[in-house]
Amino acid sequence: MQTPAKSPETRYREALSQGRFEIQHCGACASVMFPPRIACCACGSSALEWRPATGRGTVHASTVVAQRPEKGGPYNVVLVDLEEGGRMMSHVAGYGARDVPIGLVVSARIETETARVVFDAADAGERA
Amino acid sequence: MSGDPLRGATAICGAATFGLGDAGGFDAMEAQTIAALRALDDAGLDKSQIDGLFGCMQSEFLNTLAFSEYLGIAPRFSSNNRIGGSSFLAHVQEAMAAIHAGLCSVALITYGSVQRSLMGKLQTAVTAAWTPHETDYGPRFPVSSYALMASRHMHDYGTTREDMAHVAVAARQWAAKNPEAFARDPLSVDDVLAARMVSSPFGKLDCCLVTDGAGAIIIARADIARTLRRPPVYVLGSGVAHHAKHVSGMQSLTKTSAVESAGRAYDMARVTPADVQMIQLYDAFTINTILLLEDLGFVPKGEGGRFVSDGHIAPGGSLPVNTNGGGLSCCHPGMYGLFTLIEGVRQLRGDCGDRQVEGLDTVLCHGVGGVFSSNATCILGTENTL
Repeated sequence: MQTPAKSPETRYREALSQGRFEIQHCGACASVMFPPRIACCACGSSALEWRPATGRGTVHASTVVAQRPEKGGPYNVVLVDLEEGGRMMSHVAGYGARDVPIGLVVSARIETETARVVFDAADAGERA
Repeated sequence: MSGDPLRGATAICGAATFGLGDAGGFDAMEAQTIAALRALDDAGLDKSQIDGLFGCMQSEFLNTLAFSEYLGIAPRFSSNNRIGGSSFLAHVQEAMAAIHAGLCSVALITYGSVQRSLMGKLQTAVTAAWTPHETDYGPRFPVSSYALMASRHMHDYGTTREDMAHVAVAARQWAAKNPEAFARDPLSVDDVLAARMVSSPFGKLDCCLVTDGAGAIIIARADIARTLRRPPVYVLGSGVAHHAKHVSGMQSLTKTSAVESAGRAYDMARVTPADVQMIQLYDAFTINTILLLEDLGFVPKGEGGRFVSDGHIAPGGSLPVNTNGGGLSCCHPGMYGLFTLIEGVRQLRGDCGDRQVEGLDTVLCHGVGGVFSSNATCILGTENTL
């Protein structure tokens, strides 16, 4: 057991606040995991390394949560499979109340006002 | 053939409900107590004979402590196992093991909630905390998690909103036959599809009710159960399984740990899905019934939607499901699992009046907890199955 110098959760949030989206790779079995952990949920090793996420992913599942217009209107919530491995809940910008299609290739960015990772449709991003 | 020593070693000898829909001003502990005393009457037992106590409330973290004080009992085995709405089916498994080990002999399992009556008022419910890695994005709990699972099932298997609507309609058709059910008005597929959206693909009528309600069952060593007032309903098999709490942590959104909980229950009971004549399952959302028909082994993966649309689970169908109306139309007081067992017992005893299905010997009861996070299966049978 290698006790990390800092809480993985704190480490993750600090990186985000500095503009870096990083995730843990297992040094023993190469699994990639999200959210941050003390030990690999595949093999149990505590030899975890932080690496920059590629930020590329694919929408795995999708819902639109109803909300009254005066509260901001409906918004989407998705699960994104990250390119290198790991799955996270997030939001795809630019879809409004429309369902985000499953299988959509997306690209991550850090929303600075909320310090959370959100995604944009990858092709739209490239066009822009 | 040497079998599992737990198979048929215990039996449910008392079952009761109270305040389904509206508990009439009684609080959760009072409602739970009334259900427990009714179950004792049903069995012909006195509270002094209860030596095992199980429960899981939303409004009382230390439920069995508070309840033993309130009822005036001192159990020698006690468990507040809290794996969500499936807890009560897991309590059955614990009771089977505890009774077999000699740690208790007559166990009471209870639940009570008055969440409908409390709506709009301050609630002191023990609410589950969810990871900020999900709450940062504003999913509505628990509905959005199930909605994400439904979206993936639709994508992978072509399941439609109409298929899911058929689940709600079948539940309502059963509820119409159950005087205890809360929602009994006629309901059509078009009504379900036209209801306001909550979290796509679910509209309001894809979601379970919000009601009051309390329930209790008593499970005893089989030789004791045979001396009591009502025909024993034997516990033939049980299984519990869980991997992840959050939907974002699940390996698969369309294949749940119900596969494992049911497999363990079938093994213990020495039955297969072909032997099961009826299912009582936790239908928190319409996708539950479709996913569970698949994961419990009744239809191949991906075929659940078509199976329900063909009318198999409704009154007159080949595989009756949720004959009380389920969480969608009978009652849903926060955690529904215990009510699957109560309806299974009532059907096996022949107590169900207009909704009674004849010739029953084997019923499968299944609970889910959290956001399909935990699964617990119990297979119940009459004396003929021993």
